[in-house]
Amino acid sequence: MIENRPFLKILTHVVLISGVLFLCFPVWMALVASTHTGEALARSPIPIWFGDEAIANYTQLLTGGVPAAGGVPLSTMMLNSLIMALGITIGKIVISLLSAYAIVFFRFPFRMLFFWLIFVTLMLPVEVRILPTYDVVARLGMLNSYSGLIIPLIASATATFLFRQFFLTIPDELVEAARIDRAGPIRFFWDILLPLSKTNIAALFIILFIYGWNQYLWPFIITTDTDLYTIVMGIQRMTNVGEGLPIWHLTMGTAVLAMLPPVLVVLVMQRLFVKGLVESEK
Amino acid sequence: MQKRVFFRSWWLPYVLVAPQIAVTLVFFIWPAYQALESSFYLEDAFGFSRNFVGWRNFEELFGDAGYLRSFRTTLIFGLSVTILSMGMALGLAVCANRVIRSSAAYRTLLIWPYAVAPALAGVLWFFMMNPSLGIVAYMLESTFGMDWNHYVNGNQALALVIVAAAWKQVSYNFLFFLAGLQSIPKSLIEAAAIDRAGPVRRFWSIVFPLLSPTTFFLLVVNLVYAFFDTFAIIHATTSGGPADATSILVYKVYSTGFVGQDYGSSAAQSVILMIMVIAMTFFQFRFIDRRVNY
Repeated sequence: MIENRPFLKILTHVVLISGVLFLCFPVWMALVASTHTGEALARSPIPIWFGDEAIANYTQLLTGGVPAAGGVPLSTMMLNSLIMALGITIGKIVISLLSAYAIVFFRFPFRMLFFWLIFVTLMLPVEVRILPTYDVVARLGMLNSYSGLIIPLIASATATFLFRQFFLTIPDELVEAARIDRAGPIRFFWDILLPLSKTNIAALFIILFIYGWNQYLWPFIITTDTDLYTIVMGIQRMTNVGEGLPIWHLTMGTAVLAMLPPVLVVLVMQRLFVKGLVESEK
Repeated sequence: MQKRVFFRSWWLPYVLVAPQIAVTLVFFIWPAYQALESSFYLEDAFGFSRNFVGWRNFEELFGDAGYLRSFRTTLIFGLSVTILSMGMALGLAVCANRVIRSSAAYRTLLIWPYAVAPALAGVLWFFMMNPSLGIVAYMLESTFGMDWNHYVNGNQALALVIVAAAWKQVSYNFLFFLAGLQSIPKSLIEAAAIDRAGPVRRFWSIVFPLLSPTTFFLLVVNLVYAFFDTFAIIHATTSGGPADATSILVYKVYSTGFVGQDYGSSAAQSVILMIMVIAMTFFQFRFIDRRVNY
């Protein structure tokens, strides 16, 4: 700080604290609501301090789900979300690493064509071409399957560009040295490039895991089988049937469980997360 | 773009790019092509027959008051979300950049909502603003005498999804603004302070102009987010209602295609949206990265 102005100092903290309150308040309310009975939430104003139904509510959610909304246990949904998120993350990283490697370290006909094809995916988000994509997946018989949940989402221009950017910074001497030592392209990739890319892969992993876990529209349209429901899209059914029923405590419990894994990942691996976020946008 | 030293193989590079290209062709290019094709056809509801109708799907769309209203809704929604979340984020970033002690704690407390799914952000605010039991609706009623009911009032429903969408995006903007602020040389600020420029003057004459690359970048990213990534917020809460008041363009593609089963019109809407994304991506890459640079 340049000059000492007590008033400004106080104002700074006031702004920051109100920002934190604004961001935390909805989650606070969700946490509180998930520890009450449905009846306690039916009277306005609703409680803003914790009740004592937490264990009962969360046990109900994890083992029995919300009966009014199909009764799929949330443990099943969370497992599905985890499989989908990990599948998307690992898939994206693997295919992007490979294609970035080919584009940077080889010269071959149609190289630029491939590069532009990958670039185009950036311009075609799922939401925009939702019906024909559904059609393709249906024709391939991939509805209601993990492969249908994962594979259509694993093309990644962002990840490919990130790796390409990083590969370009690797000194030519390293490649020359490897070639003099008679290391072939596969050996070079495995023994030199991959270990060098570790931090980048880790940072990207966090961003992509959050992306994968938070998928909503895609699982919503391609899974009709309740065994394949993911938690983020499963909550929609609860808000829909929940209008007249006193199940807000369970809906909020679901929201808490659904946001817990990605939020934990961000909090625990904050440094990598920031790196991944800032770099993948370049 | 490419290295001076490279490996030689006539088959390996193709094998390496094959998975990515296969997924791109099957799940991106092919559906996009299909959308383009069926936007010129009229299909019956059972998919038995279809007729080439030229531009009719597009003409009908632009003659449809509902679709034009959806454009307006999208624009209001997108601009409000962008201004609200960027404004808040900038304020918070400037403050976080000033504090010395406890800045790490503030940062941690401000970035986690990035990880919350848009659908969940929607549901959280849906609960807080529920007319009969929501705490915010209750406070609005008791302090301002405001009768909050987003089930009936379209403007209030739009406000609800705007707040939810902006809430989720604040963290992202905050991180980028903070990074931008930290890259501004301290000496410039100090020089201005020696010339007796106060904090407000320093911000508007030095900090804000120097932040413009970040600001422009975020402007495009936020508009893209508000236009295309907020489907979940709308779908999980208001479902486009009441009376289409929150039916933004991406929601309309879905509701026309999946609920209304009007494939030709949905495809035409897809094409229009694709043109919008392509234009925005082009704009982002062509101008933002290079133009606004100091």
